[in-house]
Amino acid sequence: MGIVINDLSFAYGKKTALNKVNLSLTTGFNVLLGPNGAGKSTLFSLLTGLTQTVHGTININEKDLSHNKSQIMSQMGVVFQQSTLDLDLSVKQNLLYYASLHGIAPRKALINIELILSQLSLTERLHDKVRTLNGGHRRRVEIARALIHQPKVLLLDEPTVGLDVESRLLIISYVRNLCTELGICVLWTTHLMDEVEQSDQLIIINKGEIQAHNQSSLLCEQYNVDDIYQLYFALTKNAEAV
Amino acid sequence: MTLNNYFYCCVGIVKRETSRFFQQRSRLFSALVRPLLWLIVFAAGFRAALGVSIMEPYGTYITYQEYIIPGLCCMIVLFNGMQSSLSMVYDREMGSMKVLLMSPLPMPFLLSCKLIAIAFLSLMQVYVFLLCAQLVDVDISLLGYLTAVPAVFLIAFFLGALGLLLSSLIKQLENFAGVMNFVIFPMFFLSSALYPLWKMQEASIWIYWLCQYNPFTYCVELLRFALFGQFNLTAFSIVLSATLITAILALISFSPKFSQKR
Repeated sequence: MGIVINDLSFAYGKKTALNKVNLSLTTGFNVLLGPNGAGKSTLFSLLTGLTQTVHGTININEKDLSHNKSQIMSQMGVVFQQSTLDLDLSVKQNLLYYASLHGIAPRKALINIELILSQLSLTERLHDKVRTLNGGHRRRVEIARALIHQPKVLLLDEPTVGLDVESRLLIISYVRNLCTELGICVLWTTHLMDEVEQSDQLIIINKGEIQAHNQSSLLCEQYNVDDIYQLYFALTKNAEAV
Repeated sequence: MTLNNYFYCCVGIVKRETSRFFQQRSRLFSALVRPLLWLIVFAAGFRAALGVSIMEPYGTYITYQEYIIPGLCCMIVLFNGMQSSLSMVYDREMGSMKVLLMSPLPMPFLLSCKLIAIAFLSLMQVYVFLLCAQLVDVDISLLGYLTAVPAVFLIAFFLGALGLLLSSLIKQLENFAGVMNFVIFPMFFLSSALYPLWKMQEASIWIYWLCQYNPFTYCVELLRFALFGQFNLTAFSIVLSATLITAILALISFSPKFSQKR
C-alpha cells in the first residue's frame, strides 16, 4: 500500500515544473520538503488527479491513477493548501456534503464525523458556521473532512501554513498518531523544516527534481550534516528559507 | 459503488445547493422582485397599450399580464441558471470546486446532480412567483399548475446546463458581468416572452428571425402551453434537443483534458 511514481514530468508551457520524478512511498509519515516553486504543489495536483498526467505514471495502492481514478479517490483523503470549505455552511453541513460526494449515508457519516471531531476537540463547533471559525479550527475541519471516508492514503499540502504554534503542534501530532494507529500512508508537503522528525521518510525536492529520499536521520548521516536545516541547505542551496 | 451511494450523493448535492440558497435570503427576494416588477408595473402599463388577440393556446382574448406570465417564469429559471453558474465560478475561485472534483463518482453524474439541484430551486421560485401572481388576477387552473412541473424542470435543465457550460468557459468572477449583457438580455428580449412573435414580425423581420432561432422562445412557448394544460410538441422537441446538446458540451468542458488545454 502506498504511492509509486515513475518518470513523472510536467511543464506549464515551456517552464518545467517536474522533471522525471521517481518516488516510492509506503505507509507512515512521508514529508515532502522543498522551497517555494520547487514543484510540491504541481506534484500534489498530479497526485490528486486535478491535473492530468501527461508524461510518466502514478500508481496509488497498486492502481494506475489515469485508469482507476474513481477507485483511488475513494481511498484518498486530501487537505489542500487553500481552504476549500464553504464559509456560509456549518461545520456539519460541510462535512455531510463531503460524505455525500463519497456516497456515504448521512447516518453513517455522522458517526464518523462525531468521532473525528471529538479527537480534534471540535465537537462543540459542529453547528457553527465555518465563517465564524479561526484559521486553526478551519484547518482541523478540513482534516476531519479528509478522514470521513476512512482513506488509506492522506495527502496534505502545507496544512500548517499561517497557523499559530499550538494549532500546528496539534495538527501534526494528530496526523502522526493516525499513521501509527491506522497504518495509512501520509504525504505531508511543507517548507517548514521544524515539522520533520528523525524517523520520518524525507523527500527533498528542488527545481522539479527529487534531491534526496530516505529516513531523515539516515539522510543526515549520508550527507554528513548535523540536522535537517543543514541537509536542506546542502541539497537546495536555498537562502530563501532561512 | 452501489445505487445507494449514487442516491446519497445526489441528495447531498441538492441539500447543499438548497442550504446555500436559503443562506442567501436576498437571492430569493431578488428572484421574486424582478418578475413581480415586470408583472405589476411593466405589464400594467402595457396592458392598455398592447392588446393580445386570440392566439394559441388561449381560446379567447387575454390580458397582457396573462400573456407574459410564462415569459416571466422562464426569466426566473434563466436567472437561477445563470446564478448557479456564477456560484460554480465562485466555487472554482474559492477552491471548493476541488472537493467536487475529488469525488469518486463520475463527473457526468455529479454535474447531473447539480442540474437537478438547479431545477429544484427554479421550480420552487417559479411556484412562489405564480402564487404571488394570483394577486394580480392571473388565473391558472389546477391542471396548469401540475402540467407546468415537468416543463419547468426541462427548461431548468436546459438553462442550468447552459450556465454550467458558461461557468467552465469563464475564468474569473469579474468576467461574469458579460453574461448579463451577452446571454441573459439577448435571450430574454429576443424571444416571445414579452411580445407575441407575430407582433415582432410586423415590427422587424430580422428580429423576428432571431427570435425564431432562439431556443428560449421555445422554453416560453412550452411553458405557455403547459400552464394552459396543453402540450406543444415542437417546443418540447426543440427544448429537449437544446438541453441534450448543451449538457453534452458542458460535460466535455468540465473534463480534465479540456480544462487543461485552456
